Amino acid sequence: MSDNKVYLKAEAIGGLIDEMTQALKSRLELLQISNPVMIGVHAGGVWLAQRLHDRLQIAEPLGSLDISFYRDDFTRIGMNPQVKPSQIPFSVDDRHIVLVDDVLQTGRTIRAAMNEIFDYGRPASILLATLVERSGRELPIQPGVVGIRPPLNLEQHITLTGPEPLELVIGESKQNAGDNSD
Amino acid sequence: MHKPNVQLSEKGKLKHFLTIDGFNRTLLTEILDTAESFTGVFERTVKKIPLLRGKVICNLFFENSTRTQTTFEVAAKRLSADVLNLNISTSATAKGETLLDTLRNLEAMHVDMFVVRHADSGAAHFIARHAAPHVSVINAGDGRHAHPTQAMLDMFTIRRHKGEFTGLRVAIVGDILHSRVARSQILALNTLGTSEVRVIAPRTLLPAACRTLGVHVYHDLERGIREVDVVIMLRLQKERMQGALLPSEHEYFQLYGLTEDRLQAAKKDAIVMHPGPIKRGVEMDSLTADGPRSVILQQVSFGIAVRMAVMSMALGSQGVAR
Repeated sequence: MSDNKVYLKAEAIGGLIDEMTQALKSRLELLQISNPVMIGVHAGGVWLAQRLHDRLQIAEPLGSLDISFYRDDFTRIGMNPQVKPSQIPFSVDDRHIVLVDDVLQTGRTIRAAMNEIFDYGRPASILLATLVERSGRELPIQPGVVGIRPPLNLEQHITLTGPEPLELVIGESKQNAGDNSD
Repeated sequence: MHKPNVQLSEKGKLKHFLTIDGFNRTLLTEILDTAESFTGVFERTVKKIPLLRGKVICNLFFENSTRTQTTFEVAAKRLSADVLNLNISTSATAKGETLLDTLRNLEAMHVDMFVVRHADSGAAHFIARHAAPHVSVINAGDGRHAHPTQAMLDMFTIRRHKGEFTGLRVAIVGDILHSRVARSQILALNTLGTSEVRVIAPRTLLPAACRTLGVHVYHDLERGIREVDVVIMLRLQKERMQGALLPSEHEYFQLYGLTEDRLQAAKKDAIVMHPGPIKRGVEMDSLTADGPRSVILQQVSFGIAVRMAVMSMALGSQGVAR
């Protein structure tokens, strides 16, 4: 059992998303990328990506990935019956991709997402934007744009709930049970 | 529930897929939903996902079926599993001991799943009972008994075109007596809540206890398909027929062959299905088989997604069971 506390409410998250929008703009400008496409990781990453996609006024529709088919723990946890088909409504070949997720912890979700993206084609580059970056990395994966870096110990897990309103919730659990924040 | 379903793991997850019998609506719907999520994979550059990488799937076919074997093979390969194809003609294999020996040898090669096709009813059950605990078995057709993945791909095709099963009227036409497909279809249709299932066949091609299956029986094609949403044609299984069950193929077509003309009796938006291979001019004419209402080739494509779903659910439940 875990005891959940709201860490950030919708309004504060809206502020973070504004800051991330600005950071993404200057980052893309610096990299001389004028025509990026955006992909959100199901589900929290998609909620966040929808907001960033609007604010950045990206021409191409938003893509979404459900990385269930690419998880490295499939044989341990089995099939997730609620897999949403991934939808990438554009060709990823030679495109600059902004990959969006809610929480970056172990890096395994992002590894899986990148594997899936490469099965759609060969992108020019991938830039990672996450609302939360926290401790617990198990793979060499680095975000380009981050909303907030809360100091958390490994027993604590942080989750984005939504889609309306968005809230960041911190829970404490002994076994990380039900933790989806990787 | 008087006895545990051998097809489920201790945690109630799909372990073997041998027959539709014993599965509830929730599990059948889960198979259809999972299959739905795999259809997106076919539209990508790389039509492959790494879900079953490192797993070994063995197609154990004691009876020839190029189409079924190929779709199982494609499904396994799309999931990145390694595939062994073994065609063992029944005549070369004495049953019982030898089948067990074959099984033990394949297990020693670290096979994780057997896809079994056999002329004897119950063969897949036999293998499931005797296989090592980590091995899953999928029935790809056993005798006159069952062909559950074919039934599920038919359900998938119907759901794609018609949405819900409630309110639907479905007619199955032809050789019900010898058809494991029909048996599995009727079970699946009723489990999923189809409003009315009809079977249309001459008396000689109907099993004696047909009505206990929960179907309405017709002997006249035009009356039977009146106002139906789905017409499923079956193959005449001449290889299983002994004695004079049929006067002639020509006469059969006169009475039970589907034509565009006869199809007028069904609903305007009715779809026509057939598990294949079709005998044109016997079960249906070419105009109907290739006509606008035929979804026969879609059934083949959907078959891959459905088999991917069953394979991944069965092999994914291994870790959960322990």
